[in-house]
Amino acid sequence: MLRHGDSLAAAPGTRRAGADTSRPARAAALLRFRRSHEFWLLTVILALSLALSVATDSFLTLQNLFDLLTSNAFVGILASGLLVVLIAGGIDISFTATASVAQYVALTLGIRHGLGWFALFAMAGAVGVLCGLINAIFITRLRISSIIVSIATLNIFYGLLIVSTGGKYITSLPKFFRDGISWFEHDDASGVPYALNLQILVLLLAFAAAWLLLNRTNVGRQIYAMGGNKDAAQRLGFHVLRLNMLVYGYLGFVAGIASLVQAQLAQSVTPTVLVGKELDVLAAVVLGGASLTGGVGTVFGAILGVALLAILQNGLVLVGVSSYWNQWFVGLTILCAVSITAWSERRRRAAKAIN
Amino acid sequence: MANFLDVHSISKHFGGVVALRDVDLSLRAGEVHCLVGENGSGKSTLIKIISGVLHPEPGGRIVIEGREYPHLNPVQSTACGIQVIYQDLSLFPNLTVAENIAIAGHLGPPRLVNWRRLHLTAEAAMARIGASLDADARVEDLSIANRQLVAICRAMAADAKLVIMDEPTASLTRHEVDALVRLVADLKRAGICIVFVSHRLDEVMEIAERVTVLRDGAKVGEFPAREMDDKRLATLMTGKAFAYRTYATDFGKSQTVLAVSHLSRAGQYEDISFEIRAGEIVGLTGLLGSGRTELALSLFGMNRPTSGEIRVDGKLLALKTNAQAIEAGIAYVSEDRLNLGLVLEQPISSNILLTVLDKLPNRFGLVAEKTRQRVARKWIKDLAIRAPDPDNAVRTLSGGNQQRVVLAKWMATQPRLLILDSPTVGVDIAAKDGIYEVVRALAANGVAILLISDEVAEVFYHAHRVLVMRRGRLAGECVPHESSEAELQAVVDA
Repeated sequence: MLRHGDSLAAAPGTRRAGADTSRPARAAALLRFRRSHEFWLLTVILALSLALSVATDSFLTLQNLFDLLTSNAFVGILASGLLVVLIAGGIDISFTATASVAQYVALTLGIRHGLGWFALFAMAGAVGVLCGLINAIFITRLRISSIIVSIATLNIFYGLLIVSTGGKYITSLPKFFRDGISWFEHDDASGVPYALNLQILVLLLAFAAAWLLLNRTNVGRQIYAMGGNKDAAQRLGFHVLRLNMLVYGYLGFVAGIASLVQAQLAQSVTPTVLVGKELDVLAAVVLGGASLTGGVGTVFGAILGVALLAILQNGLVLVGVSSYWNQWFVGLTILCAVSITAWSERRRRAAKAIN
Repeated sequence: MANFLDVHSISKHFGGVVALRDVDLSLRAGEVHCLVGENGSGKSTLIKIISGVLHPEPGGRIVIEGREYPHLNPVQSTACGIQVIYQDLSLFPNLTVAENIAIAGHLGPPRLVNWRRLHLTAEAAMARIGASLDADARVEDLSIANRQLVAICRAMAADAKLVIMDEPTASLTRHEVDALVRLVADLKRAGICIVFVSHRLDEVMEIAERVTVLRDGAKVGEFPAREMDDKRLATLMTGKAFAYRTYATDFGKSQTVLAVSHLSRAGQYEDISFEIRAGEIVGLTGLLGSGRTELALSLFGMNRPTSGEIRVDGKLLALKTNAQAIEAGIAYVSEDRLNLGLVLEQPISSNILLTVLDKLPNRFGLVAEKTRQRVARKWIKDLAIRAPDPDNAVRTLSGGNQQRVVLAKWMATQPRLLILDSPTVGVDIAAKDGIYEVVRALAANGVAILLISDEVAEVFYHAHRVLVMRRGRLAGECVPHESSEAELQAVVDA
């Protein structure tokens, strides 16, 4: 056993201070990873990718990988924000409505006043933060369960948007916006150009930001702690309202940013197209190992969750399975993944109980 | 020696209810002090005042290390080195040992986490009390005893000079309690003052200097711990005298209800044979891990034995599920009454009727409200459950009354054999007495009772015969009336 066992029961002579950072510690870390949910996901993703590479010519191509990243950027960016809320012990499904509102407001005003990239993103982010703060205040101050608050705000935000826009599209987007960005452009052997586009850039930034927030800042660790034991967090003097404002505001901000990334990809703003995607995002994050009871989840896991669903759907198309089967496979994958983790956890606990 | 803390004439009312009346308490540096009282005696209010969560009424004074704090708040209290370890430990199960210990570091500036410093803080705190936990293990994977150790380390990391521990031994095994006692002795040598808050005579009192007893918000007195024993403490806490004695009884003529012969389950217990007669209370004790709970679960159909026989009223049983055990007239009241025994949000009546739902319906398959009320009321009356209304949620009852609801639930099945697994864990002394009364009454009605307990005194005074298990085997048997508590203790500890 790697654990040091019941040290309370250890004889005084055998007591030893602290944990070491030498080889056994590294071995322990490796063992912990091998038992983790992320390890299982990674294994499945690698196996699936290998199978698809063998079965099709088109899976393991630069073009397909770029397409995968670009078309799943919206879900991925949102997943990085929703992860933070789930870890804090909350849930929010209103972020797609938030994104729709942010998209519409930012681009309407942007077109009217001729705004540039920075102003557009700042405005979409600000609208998102505002919507997130509304959620946070109701959830913390009135202690209403977060799912109920966000079901209500989803309908309120979306309802207001539909009423005030009449469901009208915006298609005449500014030229710089339609062009997007393409950095580090280069052509492959057959002359097809590749570049770092807006979708991939923001996707990478979003995951990096979430990772920094959760693992490198004190508030990030407070978010984990609050998700693990809210009463204890309060007793230790954590500011719960401030933390909730941060996590829901953060998800709102991320939703605002994601909405522009999506509008750029779709080359239009349609008020009705985003709402309904919230469960896809939730599915990806939960598949990545985040717990709905809070305190558990990693950015790496969320990336893998998004990746698995993306590769699965892409693979089904490439193999030629009718897209009607898509949802069936997605559902099955989620059920299998969470079952394996639950089962291995149970086995591990049973083994420990015997020891 | 100088006092670390003095509080004088502390009073506190909540609405019209007196929580504390003119209470004094003084704690010396390096002292182990016990604060005892029944539920509602004002212990927790006093702790909250010392930790600055509540403020005393005018006239009360709080002096810490010679300095008076007219408006003590939690930040000042922590800065003075006062740390409270609540019964639930307030740990973060999803975080590592190191992070739990050094959690306070996440509160202040700088804004970024310094993982190296955090580990050093945690390791320094562990080194101070000689703990050797894996700093990277997650707290949810630790035993209760080790979690408690983490909570103590966290107090150390906060430079505690006074550690107040609420019911620290409630969920520890005897072995773990011994280790805690050793640890507390170390802390004491380091000049740290420790206060144990409890509603019973705790093992930790062995190393305490003084005991302060509270009753109904007032201080009964302060006593040297050496002079304290179970009975005296119970009397001081409740104002009532509890005198237990053993009884001579002869069950030779009673019918045998339970007959277990050569019962074994690989790895858990081996070759167990005993009988219980109608009206007899048989105690079963032994150290944790001796196999007694596993045996009890086998008798209740939840842990299939590998060989041997179980007979109830002479009928051989092959129990595969607990439904079959209930059918055969066996009832089981679990140790963990709050988790396994009761649906806390549901009314008392519904909880009692839970086990007999299939017997209540009339010929239309519906349960008449009148029948429901009648059956529930009968048991509430028979077991003297103090409840204003059977439709109140079980959550609203006191611990002792909740335990009686569990008993009522099982008595409603009219069992032949009742298995009680540690029925008085976490129950205060007056409520304990009430439970013993109920158990005796049930036995007098002809129910055979198997009383399992960690506490040797409990089985000694409340069972007619005591079986001792050790490492999966029956190691001895004793008839309390013809023996002494010390003799029984010796068999258990052998």
